[in-house]
Amino acid sequence: MSFMPVILWSDALVFLLLAAGISCAWYVRQHEHLLLPWRRVAQNPTAMVSLLVLSLFLLVGLLDTLHYRVLLPENNNGQKVYSPEVLSVFDKLLAPLRTHTEKTYSAPLAMTLYAKESISEANGLVSREYPRLRYGGAHLSDPQQRDGDVLKRGLSGALAGLLAGLLIALSGKRPLARHGWPVRPLLIATLIIFTVIGMTADLAGAYHVLGTDKVGQDVLYLSLKSIRTGLIIGTVTTLVTLPLALLLGIAAGYLRGWVDDVIQYIYTVLSSIPSVLLIAAAVLMMQVTIDTHPQWFDTSASRADLRLVFLCLILGVTSWTGLCRLLRGETLKLREMEYIQAAQAFGVPSLRILTRHILPNVMHIVLISLVMDFSGLVLAEAVLSYVGVGVDPSMISFGTMINAARLEMGRDPVVWWALASAFGFMLALVLAANLFADAVRDAFDPRLNRSAVAA
Amino acid sequence: MLAYLLRRILYAIPILIGVNLLTFALFFVVNTPDDMARMQLGIKRVTPEAIAKWEHQHGYDKPLLLNFSASGTGKISDTIFWQKSAGMFVLDFGYSDDGRNIGREISTRMGPSLAIALPTFLVGLVVYVSFALLMTLFRGTALDIAGVGLCVLLMSVSALFYIIGGQFVVSKLWHLVPISGYESNLGAVKFVVLPIFIGVIGSIGSSSRWYRTIFLEEIGKDYVRTARAKGLSEMAVLFRHVLKNAMIPILTGVVVVIPLLFMGSLLTESFFGIPGLGSYTIDAINAQDFSVVRAMVFLGSLLYIVGLILTDISYTIVDPRVRLQ
Repeated sequence: MSFMPVILWSDALVFLLLAAGISCAWYVRQHEHLLLPWRRVAQNPTAMVSLLVLSLFLLVGLLDTLHYRVLLPENNNGQKVYSPEVLSVFDKLLAPLRTHTEKTYSAPLAMTLYAKESISEANGLVSREYPRLRYGGAHLSDPQQRDGDVLKRGLSGALAGLLAGLLIALSGKRPLARHGWPVRPLLIATLIIFTVIGMTADLAGAYHVLGTDKVGQDVLYLSLKSIRTGLIIGTVTTLVTLPLALLLGIAAGYLRGWVDDVIQYIYTVLSSIPSVLLIAAAVLMMQVTIDTHPQWFDTSASRADLRLVFLCLILGVTSWTGLCRLLRGETLKLREMEYIQAAQAFGVPSLRILTRHILPNVMHIVLISLVMDFSGLVLAEAVLSYVGVGVDPSMISFGTMINAARLEMGRDPVVWWALASAFGFMLALVLAANLFADAVRDAFDPRLNRSAVAA
Repeated sequence: MLAYLLRRILYAIPILIGVNLLTFALFFVVNTPDDMARMQLGIKRVTPEAIAKWEHQHGYDKPLLLNFSASGTGKISDTIFWQKSAGMFVLDFGYSDDGRNIGREISTRMGPSLAIALPTFLVGLVVYVSFALLMTLFRGTALDIAGVGLCVLLMSVSALFYIIGGQFVVSKLWHLVPISGYESNLGAVKFVVLPIFIGVIGSIGSSSRWYRTIFLEEIGKDYVRTARAKGLSEMAVLFRHVLKNAMIPILTGVVVVIPLLFMGSLLTESFFGIPGLGSYTIDAINAQDFSVVRAMVFLGSLLYIVGLILTDISYTIVDPRVRLQ
């Protein structure tokens, strides 16, 4: 084999989550009463358009999760030697973007670097000019042709994307309409998204669509790579919060007495520490551990990855208390309900009551809180990375992008593109997640007073 | 009431001990003082003597929890845990790793932190509640939908964007206020205006939407229908009845943050170069000064517990039915 598949810790957790998600979806499909609130979500145009955007982000994130290491050509006494660089399928797909690095900053769609440099010419004269880029617009001989070329490529790419979008939209129209989904908004969203993708893809072949950063890396590539980090922070964290909150919250509410006291004590202690400080303290300690044990990691990617997993763990440990308190309250209320008391009177064992009667009735709270927390976690990653307690500085994320680019606002001319792209991509992800979460909450929350809004 | 407060304060002690044990476990058990000494000294200069010297200088050369070589109360008191955390209960925070008195730093840095946090809090409260009342007044109309949409949009933007964008536009392009820095007394005004403005804008989305939910929940209740049936105007219903009855949920979320205002805001202070407690914490995190981080964790949880007690007291003020026993 010319490559070796690599499963990093975060990859394994993502696959675990994916499997859990698929099996949950399959279970819900089998049960009509569970499907009902999801049907309400499916009829909400905003939610479905957000879901479309989210699934594109998810696709990028998943492609970026399939990692491998390339076999190096030079053999070491017949032994196979793999490159220390861990790549993903997504890197392979975007290989031109990843490898076409310039010397330093260049503006979006530029053909030259952003600052003048001294260039010595053949006749010995030295002139101050904007040097041409190695890759951006290198196929053009005259800089004057750029505007026309950009327009031509942009239009042809947009047209190709529009056609592809039309093809997909028209083939998907009938099944969508049969299920009562909002066809028209989805159609329009698909067309817009495909047009933008087509245009970007065509331009990205010859230019740096969003410019390059300080070391000349393509900003579009960095932004797309950041998506995986954001998604992992937002989702893997739930693997920690969910078991803790469910187990402790329901136990405290159902068993009461000293169990309740102990669990309440634990979460009061945890929630009384300002979360940023607790995270900072834990991450500092983790950093010391990682720095003093370099032998644990065979590649720098695996070190950065373990740090990401630990960050999720720490975020999870500091953020389960809210959900736990909600679940405890709800369980306290539920255990006084007639149907639970009837089950107790029939002699149904406690474990069975918990799993058959209480758990299904608190699931809506769990679901709502999970989808609502996602966007907060994505935003938190950027802030934590700025404070210096986020992901590994070598890992591409929105936080590290912003951190690297924020000092460049002081330059003249202003280097704005890296910041703008990071914030733009983050806004798209978080906004879609927020809108989707709202729709899920509206569909699942039985308390929500719809009549009040209508009045 | 007095008995209740006394009990709450007594209940705070085990929680603070818990906080202390937790930070202690994080800082000393997960990584031994040896590891910390290595980190602080750097890789090159690590010799057993240098580590021992560093540990002795900073008082880390004692047993962790129990000292069997000492006698009497020394068994407990002559340990790292006792030496480093017992003093915090009487607000003696000891010295930072670079030898400064943390308690004095905290008292001098509290002022600048409050100069930003307090106005942000007060202006924010007024703005958020007014915006939420406006949306509630026009509920169900296009104005309400646009307002909620705006809230969702604003809360989807990173806090870093508001700060970086605000600094760029207001300070760099328009030259209205200095980019960063601080002066004492009246000179501070020009430095704190922008951070306060950005702080208010930054959480307008989530806060206003939250208040709107509270008001909408109240407006569906029976007493509102009665008030309308009496022929009261919608404005009178909203301000004289709904706003007053919504006080309990509002206070639950608001009072608890008041003591935490002393801690300042990490992001705002470090971006604007305000010499407050927030930037102090960030500097400590970046310099890996664990004594300062530990002190701030303790201070933060202490203030949070004070906030919880204040919340209970505030309930009795706005709702005479609530009695603390």
